[in-house]
Amino acid sequence: MPESDPIAERSLQMQASPEFQRLRSAFMRFIVPLTVLFLVWYLAYVLIAGFAPDFFATRLGDSYITIGLLFGLAQFVSTFAITMLYSRWANRVYDRDAEPLREQMEHAAMAGGR
Amino acid sequence: MEEINPLINMIVFGAFVAVTLFIVFRVSRRKASENEFYAAGRSFSGRQNGVAIAGDYLSAASFLGICGAIAVAGYDGFLYSIGFLVAWLVALLLVAELLRNTGRFTMADVLSFRLKQRPVRMAAALATLAVCFFYLVAQMAGAGGLVALLMGFEGTLATSITIAVVGILMIVYVIVGGMKGTTWVQIIKAVLLIAGAGIMTLIVLFMVQFDFNELLARAVEASPDGEAILAPGLKYTNPVDFLSLGLALVLGTAGLPHVLMRFYTVPSAKEARRSVVWAIWLIGIFYLFTLVLGFGAGALVGPETIRDAPGGENAAAPLLALALGGPVLMAVISAIAFATILAVVAGLAITAATSFAHDIYASIIKRGDVQPGAEVKVARITVVVIGVIAILGGILAQNQNVAFLVALAFAVAASANLPTIIYSLFWRRFNTGGALWSMYGGLIACVLLIVLSPVVSGRETSIFPDADFAIFPLANPGIVSIPLAFVLGVVGTLLSKPSADHAVKQAEMEVRSFTGAGAEKASDH
Repeated sequence: MPESDPIAERSLQMQASPEFQRLRSAFMRFIVPLTVLFLVWYLAYVLIAGFAPDFFATRLGDSYITIGLLFGLAQFVSTFAITMLYSRWANRVYDRDAEPLREQMEHAAMAGGR
Repeated sequence: MEEINPLINMIVFGAFVAVTLFIVFRVSRRKASENEFYAAGRSFSGRQNGVAIAGDYLSAASFLGICGAIAVAGYDGFLYSIGFLVAWLVALLLVAELLRNTGRFTMADVLSFRLKQRPVRMAAALATLAVCFFYLVAQMAGAGGLVALLMGFEGTLATSITIAVVGILMIVYVIVGGMKGTTWVQIIKAVLLIAGAGIMTLIVLFMVQFDFNELLARAVEASPDGEAILAPGLKYTNPVDFLSLGLALVLGTAGLPHVLMRFYTVPSAKEARRSVVWAIWLIGIFYLFTLVLGFGAGALVGPETIRDAPGGENAAAPLLALALGGPVLMAVISAIAFATILAVVAGLAITAATSFAHDIYASIIKRGDVQPGAEVKVARITVVVIGVIAILGGILAQNQNVAFLVALAFAVAASANLPTIIYSLFWRRFNTGGALWSMYGGLIACVLLIVLSPVVSGRETSIFPDADFAIFPLANPGIVSIPLAFVLGVVGTLLSKPSADHAVKQAEMEVRSFTGAGAEKASDH
């Protein structure tokens, strides 16, 4: 990108603007806890499977279903749930807030004369 | 195994090749631009791309490997699939959209946006080529191994010929069809694979009257290990090694270059998001199928029969198909398994070719001064070179234990690529020094630790069983190399001076990645 790129010129201003700061921190506030959550939950699962296999071998009553199987299926459920949660939030909230900023940047780029 | 009918297998497989070749030739353009050849003109919808991602990701290792592992070792096979699935959340939440907003064709595009172009591109291209190489050779060697089982061929020569055929088909798909043709191959294959697995799952569940507990009971009864198949511990005995593998799986996916490249085939970040959502559903549902199929194969075919079959564990799914629907269903499932390899290697080949032509040839050697059309020409030539290397590598590795190559590919992706991607998207201070330290450090640590591991020497199952230089005790380097690469990124950043335009470039990348301003649009045809 050449230095005269209008998007580059406007970027510093945009980055400092309160609207952009709000957008970025809203994103981080949503993403970081979710990421920490699923990584910790996954690592806990791997650690239990590795270091406490007997716990996972516990059977539920007379059935052949084990606690480990339920934990594994819970990983599937949590992955699907986080996927739906994020895509709902991103489609409804994030896109709505990001769109005007994008337009602002691209308008400025056109006004700046490519 | 006398019921295998190679003729039906070959007819079904031939039909797949004919249909995909027809489509690839129809969608191809002789004078494709870079946008066309590398990114299919960014013309795929999120849903189509999501299916293609599933096609790229669900390799024969996922299908045959996981079914077989569950059939023989029970729960431990299931563990594997969970890592492969959860990994997609990293791609969805942290990587896909921001990357789509800032890059054009390759991972190096994103990194060189705010970092010093030439050295960073070189490092990223080398890491990309390394991952593609390990993954390609593993898939090719796996293809050879499957032949004995699926087509009834035996001996080194027949296997070598099959590997060469796979390689040549891959070259044709990619040279003729570019990213668009390759994507269609992935889509067709993903639909066939998921539908085939789904039908088999329904038949298995029907046989136990949709009572999963009954299925488990029968699997326990048929297994020499009995109830042990219901809990972890039959396959992975070293918990630290398993943790290391788990880390590489969950952090490697979002750094796999052929996965990253798929995000550029859609018109916008929103479509990139939709494609990952589709991919997660398809991949997740597929792994749930493999859970039923694996225990189904254990119950209906039996772990001992599977272990003794040619192809060993990999035979579980085809043998289950034989038990469920006779030679015809087995032919269909075998052909799908073969098509799976073909689609995956095509995806890897176009990624490696793009990285070489776009990052190394056009940006580093020619310094961006390339005649129109020359870059795509180089990419097409690169595909042939990569194809030849992959064929030779596959033939040489055909009798080796290839699982370590896939694990290595994931570990390299997680150590060399992911830290730098995350830092350059989210850490304002991150600079070129940090990127180089992290990428080269991660790459070198990974390869070195594998060489010094029991996979390469010191055990009967090693590549060099007679030598012993296995100083590193784990089969997977992830637990050391991934944290190391993250730390090196910080150290390298703190030790080097930022460039003069650091703040401007960082601001531009951050604004672009979060708002989508100035992102590459779909091209007009």
